[in-house]
Amino acid sequence: MGGPIVQVLNLSHAVEMMIAVLVGAGFGWVLERAGFGRSDNLASIFYGRDFRVLRVMFTAIATAMVGLYFLDLAGVVPVSSIGILDTYLVGQLVGGLLIGFGFIVGGWCPGTSIVGLVSGKVDALLFIGGLVGGSMLFTLGFDSFAPLQDAGAKGRVLLHEYFGVPSGAMVLAVAVFAVGAFWAVGKIEKAVRARRAVTAPQPLPVPEPERGPGSTAPAAAEGSVS
Amino acid sequence: MNDPTKRFWNPYAAGFALGLVLLASFVLTGRGLGASGTFKHLGAIVLHEASPTWAEENGNIGGFFAHPGRSSLDEWIVFLSLGAAIGGGIAVLTARRFRVETIRGPRATREQRWVLAGAGGILAGLGAQLARGCTSGQALTGGAQLALGSWVFMFSVFGGAYALAWFVRKQWI
Repeated sequence: MGGPIVQVLNLSHAVEMMIAVLVGAGFGWVLERAGFGRSDNLASIFYGRDFRVLRVMFTAIATAMVGLYFLDLAGVVPVSSIGILDTYLVGQLVGGLLIGFGFIVGGWCPGTSIVGLVSGKVDALLFIGGLVGGSMLFTLGFDSFAPLQDAGAKGRVLLHEYFGVPSGAMVLAVAVFAVGAFWAVGKIEKAVRARRAVTAPQPLPVPEPERGPGSTAPAAAEGSVS
Repeated sequence: MNDPTKRFWNPYAAGFALGLVLLASFVLTGRGLGASGTFKHLGAIVLHEASPTWAEENGNIGGFFAHPGRSSLDEWIVFLSLGAAIGGGIAVLTARRFRVETIRGPRATREQRWVLAGAGGILAGLGAQLARGCTSGQALTGGAQLALGSWVFMFSVFGGAYALAWFVRKQWI
């Protein structure tokens, strides 16, 4: 039987925590090297200028997804042996919107704010203060928030189960989607750069076109700078 | 972001490295990455100090204090964030990028950024609780697992940020 090493070797809690520090160190190291210790690098995706955030995220997801797919096939780490996230459609939709609002208003998300803090960024420190405060607000109002958090509960649903296709086909589709997104955002960056070159002295950008909250990310950026 | 940008990694290379870290996390511990849980734990300590009984009976954080002999911070997510701070710190120091500053656009003041950073943190803190995770705990981890709700979450994050981007443009561009 395969599975995560901590389970297979029945490692102690202390050793598992040491592994967590090591994995976390890799996480923080890569985020900093990706440029995510600066909030302007994170925010510029939302003005169509630099899609670094999307490139890093989609490449990371595709890499881990493909790796996990083959480790599952080989029986080394069966998907059933790792902690698959459950689906709560409404909680995740509403929570995602709030994190999106917090991202563009505050300039960070929780993970990157840690790297921002150790990079000396004062705005990351204040964002973290807000994160702690926001979590406390949720805890204080837990009885009111809990129904929303649980709304749309579906248990464990994977994309290929939902669409009724083989897992390999879904992996391929996600990879193709990622490559398509890379191509599209390259086009958007070029268009935005060309427009900025033409209208550089103009002080105020025009509003971006109307977009539903669930629409695909890259397309919304093009109109944000005119 | 003029001159230091040059020394950041190519985004595809950084994404590949991040994907390997995530995969290593799955293989080693059976869990993905995350961050927001740490801030939930920090807030829980404040509330527990203020009113131990109330905190221990709270449905959201009561479980953190169920083991009297063990610190509520003795948790995987807290050690992961500690590691992220260490790894990020080593990276920023070795690249000689450490600088105490407030990042802002050419039209924004520091004070505006401070207020908005705090407000954004509150929104994200609430949102991460509602969604049971953040960009790393849901979008990256669940995205690679092909979890349906995590993909909904990811598009929701991008949608929310694009929806407000125009209104707060003066702090960035």
